[in-house]
Amino acid sequence: MAALFALLAGAVFGIGLIVSGMANPAKVLGFLDLAGDWDPSLAFVMAGAIGVGVLAFAFARRRTVSLLGLKMRMPTNTALDRRLLGGSLLFGIGWGIAGFCPGPALVALGMGEQKALVFVAAMLLGMGLFELFEMRSKPLPNARA
Amino acid sequence: MTIDWNAFTPWHALAGGAVIGIAAAMFLLLNGRIAGISGVLGGLLKPVRGDIAWRAAFIAGLVGAPLLYALVTELTRPQIDAGYAALVGAGLLVGIGTRYGSGCTSGHGVCGISRLSPRSLVATAAFMAAGFVTVYIARHLIGA
Repeated sequence: MAALFALLAGAVFGIGLIVSGMANPAKVLGFLDLAGDWDPSLAFVMAGAIGVGVLAFAFARRRTVSLLGLKMRMPTNTALDRRLLGGSLLFGIGWGIAGFCPGPALVALGMGEQKALVFVAAMLLGMGLFELFEMRSKPLPNARA
Repeated sequence: MTIDWNAFTPWHALAGGAVIGIAAAMFLLLNGRIAGISGVLGGLLKPVRGDIAWRAAFIAGLVGAPLLYALVTELTRPQIDAGYAALVGAGLLVGIGTRYGSGCTSGHGVCGISRLSPRSLVATAAFMAAGFVTVYIARHLIGA
């Protein structure tokens, strides 16, 4: 049941990305190019999404279980640390190079774009490297004294 | 700065954004989770029992969205100008960066700001700034 609704949410999300034009890297780069011919569209996408999102999160604030009876899992980390800042900066550089962030890249992959496949493969490799670094930097729980 | 009025599509952007917001609201209210795409996808690389089906289903929905869209109206192909080497480099940076930074445009930019998370405000400001600077360098310093 949860998977079915996740599938639906993913599909609706993807359709929103297509309608908004954000599945097109050229349009995203048009927003990021402040010094050139600037396309403000992405700011309007954010405004539309956050406008709905604010209402949903306000409604969900006091809930402990979802409408499907699942536990509400909200982020608990509040640290403004180097990982957050450094990671976000690296992400922004990659975003600026290709005009792809994870969602639009997956949608473009679904359009059968070969270049999106290359990007997604590299992105998965990057995510895999992160898991590898994490495993190396943290000793196994049972190895701890 | 000059606004590119031919490229600017405020109504499609707002409408598409609202649909994205609805998807995030559905995922929040039904599944009880943040619709953060890098987190949903990245979690599949370190699988936890009982946590795989919904992640895979959400990603399948995203990848399948163009098929649904094409049933209703014509799909225009995205314009991907980056070359293959740039795509590989960018993909690696996006993969590593979103996992260290615990989120991307969806998790931090849409959901995090919607729930007024200071972490997400900082992350969004950082990746937006890095994106602006990167495009400035690529188009106006190197590409000039």
